[in-house]
Amino acid sequence: MITRREFLKIAAFSSLLGLGGAFTINALEKEPGQKVLKDVNALKGKRWAMVIDTKKFKTELDFEKVIKACHKAHNVPEIVNPLHEIKWIWTDDYEHTFPGTAEEYISDEIKHRKFLLLCNHCENPPCVRVCPVKATFKRPDGITMQDMHRCIGCKFCMAGCPYGARNYNFLPPRDYIKEFNPEYPTRTLGVVEKCTFCNQRIDKGQLPYCVEASEGKIIFGDIYDPNSEIRKVLSENIVIRRKVELGTQPMVFYII
Amino acid sequence: MLDLALKGKPRYWIWISFLITMILIGFICWIREHHIGAAFTTGLSRDVSWGFHVGQLTFFVGVAASAVLVVLPYYFHNYKTFGRITVIGEFLAVGCVLIAMLSVFVIMGQPSRVWNVILHPTPHSIIFWDMFVLMTYLFLNLLCGWTILHAEKKDAPPPKWIKPFIYWAILWAPSIHTVTAFLYAGLPGRPHWMTALQAAHFLATAFAAGPSLLIIISMIIRKVSKFDPGQQAINKLAEIATYALIIHLFFIGLEFFTAFYSQIPDHMKSLIYLYQGLEGHNRLVPWMAISTLLAFTGLLIFMFPPLRKWNVTKLIGAICIFFSIWMDKGFAFVVSGFIPNPFDRVTEAWIALNEFLVAAGVWSVGALVITVLYKIAITVKEKAVFDKYGQKQVVD
Amino acid sequence: MYDGWKIILGLIIFVIIVTMPFTMSIGKTYIQPKPSIDTPEIQKMEKKQCIEPKQYMREMHIKILYSWKDYATREGKRLYVASDGKQYDVSLQKTCMKCHSNKEKFCDECHNYVNVKPYCWDCHIEPKVGGVK
Repeated sequence: MITRREFLKIAAFSSLLGLGGAFTINALEKEPGQKVLKDVNALKGKRWAMVIDTKKFKTELDFEKVIKACHKAHNVPEIVNPLHEIKWIWTDDYEHTFPGTAEEYISDEIKHRKFLLLCNHCENPPCVRVCPVKATFKRPDGITMQDMHRCIGCKFCMAGCPYGARNYNFLPPRDYIKEFNPEYPTRTLGVVEKCTFCNQRIDKGQLPYCVEASEGKIIFGDIYDPNSEIRKVLSENIVIRRKVELGTQPMVFYII
Repeated sequence: MLDLALKGKPRYWIWISFLITMILIGFICWIREHHIGAAFTTGLSRDVSWGFHVGQLTFFVGVAASAVLVVLPYYFHNYKTFGRITVIGEFLAVGCVLIAMLSVFVIMGQPSRVWNVILHPTPHSIIFWDMFVLMTYLFLNLLCGWTILHAEKKDAPPPKWIKPFIYWAILWAPSIHTVTAFLYAGLPGRPHWMTALQAAHFLATAFAAGPSLLIIISMIIRKVSKFDPGQQAINKLAEIATYALIIHLFFIGLEFFTAFYSQIPDHMKSLIYLYQGLEGHNRLVPWMAISTLLAFTGLLIFMFPPLRKWNVTKLIGAICIFFSIWMDKGFAFVVSGFIPNPFDRVTEAWIALNEFLVAAGVWSVGALVITVLYKIAITVKEKAVFDKYGQKQVVD
Repeated sequence: MYDGWKIILGLIIFVIIVTMPFTMSIGKTYIQPKPSIDTPEIQKMEKKQCIEPKQYMREMHIKILYSWKDYATREGKRLYVASDGKQYDVSLQKTCMKCHSNKEKFCDECHNYVNVKPYCWDCHIEPKVGGVK
């Protein structure tokens, strides 16, 4: 005659065994045999980077074209309140783009120039270091990618990013999108998003939307390739980057 | 032994019902956030992405770690005065670790995906380690506290195999708070948090707030039951809290020196924001003023023998210290790390009502667990300390 | 029996709860879900087949989508080679929903019947025929 205590112990143990068994069987099930490959047209690069020639951006429209191209294609919601806004690419002035290193006595023209800001796709990204689920990770081609399927919304990456490039969905994004692009998803509440250097375009052999819309003002290329256009531009111009002293090795360069 | 928690006076059940109500309210508020969005339910923003809940994690991990202060002297150095208070400390740690873990859980934007942290372990992420060490600490304290209490109930010495677990828990305690400090201290974009002193400072504040809470709890236990954790134990806790508080204030002084002697703007700005206001934004200045005032009041009371002679003043001092550190570590510290933002602008943050109610629910979960565990512990210890004639066996 | 009435009462409640799926469906008829493939894209096709045969898709479509999700986002691989050699773009919105643009009459038919609510649609946009939320 077993005691009540023994009965409970046996019951708990067997249910754990059952659950554990169910999980294991599920996990061991083979994946369907498929072949998923890289597209033959995919752009090949080892370290994608971007040079923004700020001299060439002359009017408000120049910036708008670039920003709208990105935000429309990616269904980025238009939230007016700066506390909760989402911006993958945006503008700011000299003093606030380069706080701490902005030159006091530089020309007025540069002081009032607007600069395009976006995720720098750093070579040594702190956001990737801190993400607990590898929702943000470094692709072999240098893109600091954001996997919105996996993000748990802990916002550690937002604390880690020294450039303020990351956005959390504080509001339901679909309420703030006027025109949907049916070829790209939206995101949902509670997920972090940012510029992904248009990984979906690069994987199919196209350049990022902002680069295309800029009509030559933004150069995009493989910085590890010594024969690339971007390397030529970098060697022919003086460029600055944001917060270089932090060791993040940002891959967005600005020609002043 | 759990059945000991099912018998209690009406006031015990009123307290439990209150806690359960708060938990339900907190739960409903938490669900609300996932329907309407954190914009309406928190004071967070694109610039200040961590706030009150992460502060609660930081603060309560500290209080949980401070259990080591009563466990270590008793087990490593045979300090008998803490004999009756070790289980109280361990069970407090259990509740506080639960509060900490729940505080992290409620900030997740996609809580159904939290499983990903285990499915995709990421050793280079501190949150991964935080989850791991907190779960281990929870398990350790529960195991040690429960086993030793059970042995006391059976009037027997604790089993030998529990010793290694106790030693593990003692060594683990500072590590949980160091890992929490590492959440902050390694982020290149947040200069206010980037100090090598962070873990040491966290431990100092923990060792001041934890004993203060234990003092308050011990006095409550004395009032509501026949069990007395020990006047000497309370006195010793006050002494420990005093030294920890002095070190904490000293560390703040060190931060001020580094920032203002070096005159590096990044280091100075967050401190200026907290204590004076930056570019017209001064929402947290009264908050910090109260915190500092409470700290010094507590320090005065605890430092001077004529002031700390009476239990009443000890209680006031403990409350002052606890709330001073709660205000600092539990909110101001987190928010000030984001000010100024990466563009050198100031976006302030506050605590939304929904956010507060969720936190209250989380505290209530911890309090419920602590209440139940304490009910068991006190019932067992009352029998152990009082002989069959109701006379106290142990003379303090 | 010790506390007999409590045990019997508990047993009765347990039996009621466990048999609820059966008692609740008395009087309800079984309507087999009929997913409709009547969409412009599918009607254009000669041989109306998905990327893989029907039975395979029935069983494996969610597993396929799960693995596509990781191949596309995490590995940058966007070319699917089906078992018959045909190539497709790895995309829920651009491939699957291009043909199955009637989500409510196709996907939802079975999903509603088995009470499955895939949360893919929180982010992935449903095609225009069904309407975007």
